[in-house]
Amino acid sequence: MGDWMTVTDPGLSSENKTLSQHTSETKMSPSSLYSQQVLCSSIPLSKNVHSFFSAFCTEDNIEQSISYLDQELTTFGFPSLYEESKGKETKRELNIIAVLNCMNELLVLQRKNLLAQENVETQNLKLGSDMDHLQSCYSKLKEQLETSRREMIGLQERDRQLQCKNRNLHQLLKNEKDEVQKLQNIIASRATQYNHDMKRKEREYNKLKERLHQLVMNKKDKKIAMDILNYVGRADGKRGSWRTGKTEARNEDEMYKILLNDYEYRQKQILMENAELKKVLQQMKKEMISLLSPQKKKPRERVDDSTGTVISDVEEDAGELSRESIWDLSCETVREQLTNSIRKQWRILKSHVEKLDNQVSKVHLEGFNDEDVISRQDHEQETEKLELEIQQCKEMIKTQQQLLQQQLATACDDDTTSLLRDCYLLEEKERLKEEWSLFKEQKKNFERERRSFTEAAIRLGLERKAFEEERASWLKQQFLNMTTFDHQNSENVKLFSAFSGIQSMY
Amino acid sequence: MNFSEVFKLSGLLCKFSPDGKYLASCVQYRLVVRDVNTLQIVQLYTCLDQIQHIEWSADSLFILCAMYKRGLVQVWSLEQPEWHCKIDEGSAGLVASCWSPDGRHILNTTEFHLRITVWSLCTKSVSYIKYPKACLQGTTFTRDGRYMALAERRDCKDYVSIFVCSDWQLLRHFDTDTQDLTGIEWAPNGCVLAVWDTCLEYKILLYSLDGRLLSAYSAYEWSLGIKSVAWSPSSQFLAVGSYDGKVRILNHVTWKMITEFEHPAAINNPKIVVYKEAEKSPQLGLGCLSFPPPRAGAGPLPTSESKYEIASVPVSLQTLKPVTDRANPKIGVGMLAFSPDSYFLATRNDNVPNAVWVWDIQKLRLFAVLEQLSPVRAFQWDPQQPRLAICTGGSRVYLWSPAGCLSVQVPGEGDFAVLSLCWHLSGDSMALLSKDHFCLCFLETEAAVGTACRQLSGHT
Repeated sequence: MGDWMTVTDPGLSSENKTLSQHTSETKMSPSSLYSQQVLCSSIPLSKNVHSFFSAFCTEDNIEQSISYLDQELTTFGFPSLYEESKGKETKRELNIIAVLNCMNELLVLQRKNLLAQENVETQNLKLGSDMDHLQSCYSKLKEQLETSRREMIGLQERDRQLQCKNRNLHQLLKNEKDEVQKLQNIIASRATQYNHDMKRKEREYNKLKERLHQLVMNKKDKKIAMDILNYVGRADGKRGSWRTGKTEARNEDEMYKILLNDYEYRQKQILMENAELKKVLQQMKKEMISLLSPQKKKPRERVDDSTGTVISDVEEDAGELSRESIWDLSCETVREQLTNSIRKQWRILKSHVEKLDNQVSKVHLEGFNDEDVISRQDHEQETEKLELEIQQCKEMIKTQQQLLQQQLATACDDDTTSLLRDCYLLEEKERLKEEWSLFKEQKKNFERERRSFTEAAIRLGLERKAFEEERASWLKQQFLNMTTFDHQNSENVKLFSAFSGIQSMY
Repeated sequence: MNFSEVFKLSGLLCKFSPDGKYLASCVQYRLVVRDVNTLQIVQLYTCLDQIQHIEWSADSLFILCAMYKRGLVQVWSLEQPEWHCKIDEGSAGLVASCWSPDGRHILNTTEFHLRITVWSLCTKSVSYIKYPKACLQGTTFTRDGRYMALAERRDCKDYVSIFVCSDWQLLRHFDTDTQDLTGIEWAPNGCVLAVWDTCLEYKILLYSLDGRLLSAYSAYEWSLGIKSVAWSPSSQFLAVGSYDGKVRILNHVTWKMITEFEHPAAINNPKIVVYKEAEKSPQLGLGCLSFPPPRAGAGPLPTSESKYEIASVPVSLQTLKPVTDRANPKIGVGMLAFSPDSYFLATRNDNVPNAVWVWDIQKLRLFAVLEQLSPVRAFQWDPQQPRLAICTGGSRVYLWSPAGCLSVQVPGEGDFAVLSLCWHLSGDSMALLSKDHFCLCFLETEAAVGTACRQLSGHT
């Protein structure tokens, strides 16, 4: 948004209005035209006045322009410029009064619009200045915010530091309090001990006082004496001797002799220990030298400065060894030499071991495909596998041991009889199995036989029944043949009933 | 293991003779001397009053019986039963009595520690030593019996006097830089004297035979200090047990601490073997349930057996919270003993009273811990080999050796509460003392005991 330049030239007031009027009609966007008009200077406006005048209405198109104007005005809500038409197709006459009224209206409108424009422009200006003001305020506030944020961070930092310090001081205070408590406890225990001792002493003192009192009061004094049957000889059989200056001197001598003996003994022990330790050190040194010396035979590319020093050291140490054996280990210089040479050898050994470590790691990095060298991963895998196997084997052994122990625990006193019993049981079991199978077979057989028997019984029953029926019929026939009718009837009936009974029995 | 029958005893007074042939025991006012192998009564002596202390002379020929209430000491001879000797301290009173190393002098400490009277059995001479100190261990003799060190106190200062025992001549007399001396002890080699201060001040001083101060050692200030001290039999180490529950070992070359042993209540190292005593559940048949049920707190059931179980690490031991406002609190290392070959050190921390710690001196670390069911009353090493006998006041005696440990019930009707024990000098037998009785326990040879250990504890 740029600054709106309002050009309000009072001299152009009426011309502007008419010009704007025209321009509002020719162009369809009055607002943009207004802006254009505002941006343009006044001088070109005056140049355009005439062109605009002649552009719209000429002597030729009066009627058209009037009708056009009438149309426009009516669309804007103004009354028509024509007179009221009497007839439909008669030519309309221009209503001058309407035209003047319309012109007046338009002028009024124009004035109003200009006023409005001025207002809007002032408002615009005001808004612009407000905006500036707000922007400046905003930037100031932003700066303030930044500074206050920084301040806050600084204060937070200080707060944290102070809290830290506070915590430390608390800790110190706690420590001091603990120490004070401890000291108080110590003081308390010392106090009780003192009191206890004091009381004891006081009790003894009282007893002493009582005894003294007793002794003072007591007239009879119990004799302090020894009553012995006969004096015993001394343990070593010698006679007792008087205490003289000589005996004192003798005692002193003996005492010093004892002390000296003890010191000599201890010194001997320490010397022996020293000798042993020196031997051990020398052995260590020899072994270290022997470990390091084979390097001389290695290929030339591996020879470093250290091996060179090793060789020289070996020669030196060989000389030293001979020297040491000559002096026999009691000289201070020899002792120092020994420890120095040991230290040197140790350093060389250490560097050698470090070198080997580096070489190994280098080999690993370069992917050295020597057949003798197994890659570390494979090696580790193998070791892991082996470890797993070992663990499994151990677990197996453990479980087996447990089972064995359980068995042993549940076993009774006589292991042999239990074992034997087991043997018997096995035999019995086998026997039982055989018998069982036999029994099953027999059972099957029995079942079969029983079935056949039942069938036979059924058949037998049926046969019997048939036989009985035959018999009954035969007997009936017999009786019928033998006896009279009456007799037969009654007897028949009886017999019949008897036979039927017999029949029914079967 | 065989147990002899039970004999009467009073006052826990039962001592083997130094030559190992006889055993002297007291029953009220009678002194009974028995043969060690057959336990037949060899001699029987009657004293004038109840005996409070007996002691064999170093050559095993004489026994002294001290009766403190009457102020009397009676000496009896084994060779000549009709020989008698009576020493009457009269109005001076008697507090302690002991032999001199030559077996011919008796040192009596009169009441209130006024003086020490040296009575001679050979001559009529009597010597007096003034201002002896009234402390726990005021007199100490060297192992070879040549010298005696005596703690004295004059004008509120402590002194030590060294006497030559053969003629009681004063060899050296020097003051010690202690507040209140509590004990002195010669090293087994007789050349160094350890002098330590009261428990309020941790200080132990080492003097040479000729009275020079060799070294002073103090571990810490202000807290309660030394509770117990023990020399190793080889004189190489001096173990100092203190109230802070630690044992500090000083070496004989520099007299500086080489290590300190802690006694924590929780043991985490899996290399340490922890033996826990456990009651074996008594095998009851049907209908054999004890009725009425045993009273709670009646002590361990007299007839129950116990065995050792190996507890798996980590183990936590029973501790006792000491009463803080009493003097001589039950904390700290109160009992210390070296094995005869100096390889092991047995200790007891008083606030873990049921446990005995055994330390390996060669490696300077904890070797084994034994936790009993009741507080440990006493333990003593076998004089010949590294074998430790422990008693807790119950009717069992416990044996530990590097091969294993063993809990043995003392047979007999009723309960025999073993309050104390003492080994015979050959290590073949042991006397177990209770309040009213004692019995002898004969141990088999080493091999047998070893197998017995393995069987009973189930541990190799």
